[in-house]
Amino acid sequence: MEIAVDIQDLTVAYGDKPVLWDVDLQVPRGVLMAIIGPNGAGKTTLLKSTLGLVKPAAGSVRIFGKPYEQQRHLIAYVPQRSSVDWDFPTTVLDVVLMGRYGHLGWLRRPGRAERAAALAALEQVQLADFAHRQIGQLSGGQQQRVFLARALAQDAEIYFMDEPFQGVDAVTERAIINILRDLRAAGKTVVVVHHDLQTVTEYFDQVALINVRRIAAGPVHDVFTEANLRATYGGRLALLETSRVAAPASSAAPAPGD
Amino acid sequence: MELFADYTLRTVTIGAMLLGAISGFLGCFAVLRRQALLGDAMSHAALPGIALAFLLTGQRDPFILFVGAASAALLAALWLLVVVRTTRIKDDAALALILAVFFGFGLVLLSYLQRQPNAAQAGLKSFLFGQAAALIERDLWAMLAVGVPALALVLIFWPQVKLVTFDPDFARSIGLPVRGFDVLLNVVMVAAIVIGIQTVGVVLMSAMLVAPAVAARQWTNRLETMVVLAAGFGALAAMAGAWLSTLGEGLATGPLIVLMMSLVTVLSLVFAPGRGLLWRNLRRRQVLQAS
Repeated sequence: MEIAVDIQDLTVAYGDKPVLWDVDLQVPRGVLMAIIGPNGAGKTTLLKSTLGLVKPAAGSVRIFGKPYEQQRHLIAYVPQRSSVDWDFPTTVLDVVLMGRYGHLGWLRRPGRAERAAALAALEQVQLADFAHRQIGQLSGGQQQRVFLARALAQDAEIYFMDEPFQGVDAVTERAIINILRDLRAAGKTVVVVHHDLQTVTEYFDQVALINVRRIAAGPVHDVFTEANLRATYGGRLALLETSRVAAPASSAAPAPGD
Repeated sequence: MELFADYTLRTVTIGAMLLGAISGFLGCFAVLRRQALLGDAMSHAALPGIALAFLLTGQRDPFILFVGAASAALLAALWLLVVVRTTRIKDDAALALILAVFFGFGLVLLSYLQRQPNAAQAGLKSFLFGQAAALIERDLWAMLAVGVPALALVLIFWPQVKLVTFDPDFARSIGLPVRGFDVLLNVVMVAAIVIGIQTVGVVLMSAMLVAPAVAARQWTNRLETMVVLAAGFGALAAMAGAWLSTLGEGLATGPLIVLMMSLVTVLSLVFAPGRGLLWRNLRRRQVLQAS
């Protein structure tokens, strides 16, 4: 199996406090992988250091066997929705257009082709009618879909998403997971920081359990076990029903909105 | 209009409008990047630079004063960065500290300058609150020489500047040198500050960076429109201030410009459709009545 993302010995510290300690992680091509773990476990930091946004103290990241810097054009990124100011004076279409900037040269302005790509991405997330709205006028779920559309406009091979289901309603969650499945069907790789343990077996093929260290990673039916979850969450694991652990999702589970 | 007929008045008015337009445009990025306080600290920090430049050369040449002001402002910004990175002092405390240190040092230098024989034409007040009436043609050219390259840099890199301002993490993920753009935008802000110091002075300069941007934001949801509006508001306020100062003997132009700008901002905050206080109140009432 081809490895899309290969993380070796990744260690990240803020000041003298380690946030990630010696993490190894391989993401095979063409899977939906969830990264789960308690708050403060370093999930977002794992994503950010993979993307070169946070400088690791040690370790390496390779994308299809090459350093990240050479493979940027194969990567799309959905940051946490709360990471930007939604009152910024710009339109939905402008934000999605930003997904094309990585493919534009330094002095080229986005033109007709870029606008068409951005509109197509908006169409995919069912926000085409909102193209000219100011981004602050959207609901939280719509804002999340704008970020998703921007990533789709990047037309990448690997998609990194930081909590794309955060604060969206059940309908939006359905819409987003359908898009992720379409991506997988097209052979893309999707890595998602996720916090809802209830939906892991239903949504994802692979899962990485992180709590500063890597606890376990691999196919959901192998590693999403009660023992691993206890090792990851410690005593904080209360909500999970044992029936959901390491059992293939048979029925369509209700999608819980936050 | 007589503002443009009289040579001195014309120079003052054009100079003030240039300052208003340039600082209004560039100030949008200070506001959107939440660096307005940094702008304030840097403009106060420019004072010792101006005083030193004057002290060393004995000249009031705009280019020499600009170099002094810009060096001091950049030094302050750099020092701030070092303090925040290496100590546990938070950035707001560090800002206040550095502002006070530089401004205090500037005041000491100015009081020393006061006692010098040739200081009459460059008195204390003219550096603190500006002296628009003393603007000469060479000052206008100096403003253009600093302002036009600053504006051009922002316009050339417009898509990148916009992206870095809105979402720096995403910008870095696609390989933009975000650090480099931070430096660029801070240098550009220093350029705007330096341009305004002769006209409105170091104390009030930050108002000319912040107020036009805040006013312009009220009227539009597009960055492209916002920067143009901010430049327009800045120029308008500057013209109004320059005109008002001709009405009475000894009315200081700089503070009048800032007052006019504040007036535009207050009106925008209250009356702008959509975002204005009045509008939002009306709509709330409509919603209440409908339900």
